[in-house]
Amino acid sequence: MDFVSISVNGTELAGPAEPRNLLVEFLRANGLTGTHVGCDTSQCGACNVLVDGKLIKSCTAFAVELQGRSVTTIEGVAVGGALHPIQRAFHDYHGLQCGFCTPGMIIAALALLQENTKPTEDEIRAFLAGSICRCTGYQNIVTAIQAAAEQMESGNV
Amino acid sequence: MYDFEFVGPKTIAEAVDALRAEGSQPLSGGQTLIPTMKQRLAAPTRLVSLAEIDEMKGVQRKNNCIRIRGATTHAEVSRNVKDFPALAKLAGGIGDPAVRNRGTIGGSLANNDPSACYPSAVLASAATIITNSHEIAADDFFQGVFTTALAEGEIITAVEFPVPRRAAYLKFEQPASRFALVGVFVAQFESGVRVAVTGAGEDGVFRWREAEALLSGSFSPDAIAGLSPPADQMMGDLFGTPEYRAHLVGVLTKRAVAAA
Ligand SMILES: Cc1cc2nc3c(=O)[nH]c(=O)nc-3n(C[C@H](O)[C@H](O)[C@H](O)COP(=O)(O)OP(=O)(O)OC[C@H]3O[C@@H](n4cnc5c(N)ncnc54)[C@H](O)[C@@H]3O)c2cc1C
Ligand code: FES
Ligand code: FES
Repeated sequence: MDFVSISVNGTELAGPAEPRNLLVEFLRANGLTGTHVGCDTSQCGACNVLVDGKLIKSCTAFAVELQGRSVTTIEGVAVGGALHPIQRAFHDYHGLQCGFCTPGMIIAALALLQENTKPTEDEIRAFLAGSICRCTGYQNIVTAIQAAAEQMESGNV
Repeated sequence: MYDFEFVGPKTIAEAVDALRAEGSQPLSGGQTLIPTMKQRLAAPTRLVSLAEIDEMKGVQRKNNCIRIRGATTHAEVSRNVKDFPALAKLAGGIGDPAVRNRGTIGGSLANNDPSACYPSAVLASAATIITNSHEIAADDFFQGVFTTALAEGEIITAVEFPVPRRAAYLKFEQPASRFALVGVFVAQFESGVRVAVTGAGEDGVFRWREAEALLSGSFSPDAIAGLSPPADQMMGDLFGTPEYRAHLVGVLTKRAVAAA
């Protein structure tokens, strides 16, 4: 058994882990159940998290690989109890139905808006290539991300 | 997942050493190996991570070549390879953003999936695969579906691409996996044109020599009008018959020539 220590949402998360424990398993075993497992085959993006600011699928990385790195999960997106503009836009524009894909979608949107503050509809859809939603048909997810981008740009958050 | 041992060396020499033990396998981005292990299609007893080895990462320009180190991610290649836009675009079209942030060029080439993108670029550019022990020409490296010239425990440390005068990669995506249903990489050098095809050949990536000869004479889509490779050498599956793939190879090659 190895000992893994990862900075998650700015707080040290340390605990025992076997090499075979996936990052998503380590997070969920430590109470962070917002990161979901949809497919476990790298297809759906329900398990999306940021590692040092970069989008990855936490079902396709071992926790031991991320020793000492900095991870952002859906639990770290809202600041001080106030929803992040992306979260609020998903709420306001009905960007979810069952909500299972939503944590992964919001993390993907966060990664996108970090590198492209004004994405077009095509750019949003291309970026979400690895994030699958079985409910919404994506239209309202795209609308929500566009609305969030506008609000974040105008500083009106 | 079954249990295994994990080691994280900091140098290539340490990694090569760690790989000597029986049942060891390199782990790079894990975007192929982890799903494969989950399905028990591979079951190494020890993973040797290449991800923390600094001398395995980065892109350099060297005379007329671009050298990409083995553990460089697809995202880094798409951002940092400025002098070979067709290659940068290929890397930026692999899978999805999360896969590109982890997956690496060395992992993709070592795996040699018959529908992967990079093998076509390496073969069409006459690139050289550099390992911890020797250098392998692209023409000798790919030896059939999921098979390469790599020996047990050998690591791809870098790939050196001669920069073509013009080049383009066109991929007809399998919409669910985003791998190439068919992909064609065309590269024009002083010495002639090379055309490499992925996703179609029954033995994996291949050079389409008939098109190369015609395009070396005249680099225009018309030079190969109506031409396709023989369908009986193409693979067929649920997503495309051999005839359909052969036809796509002709169409995509013409489009790649026009785009180069
Ligand atoms: C959803 C999804 C979509 C994808 N879409 C595409 C696509 O469109 N096009 C495409 O080309 N690929 C695609 N891929 C595959 C992706 O590019 C992988 O990153 C790549 O095939 C493997 O690289 P890796 O670094 O992740 O290797 P790993 O998974 O870590 O390793 C793969 C194999 O290579 C060996 N290996 C790794 N590094 C080295 C090295 N340096 N030297 C020797 N052996 C090594 C490992 O032991 C293993 O056998 C996709 C993958 C996923 C999950
Ligand atoms: S659970 Fe990780 S991609 Fe689906
Ligand atoms: S809201 Fe149900 S899967 Fe996206």
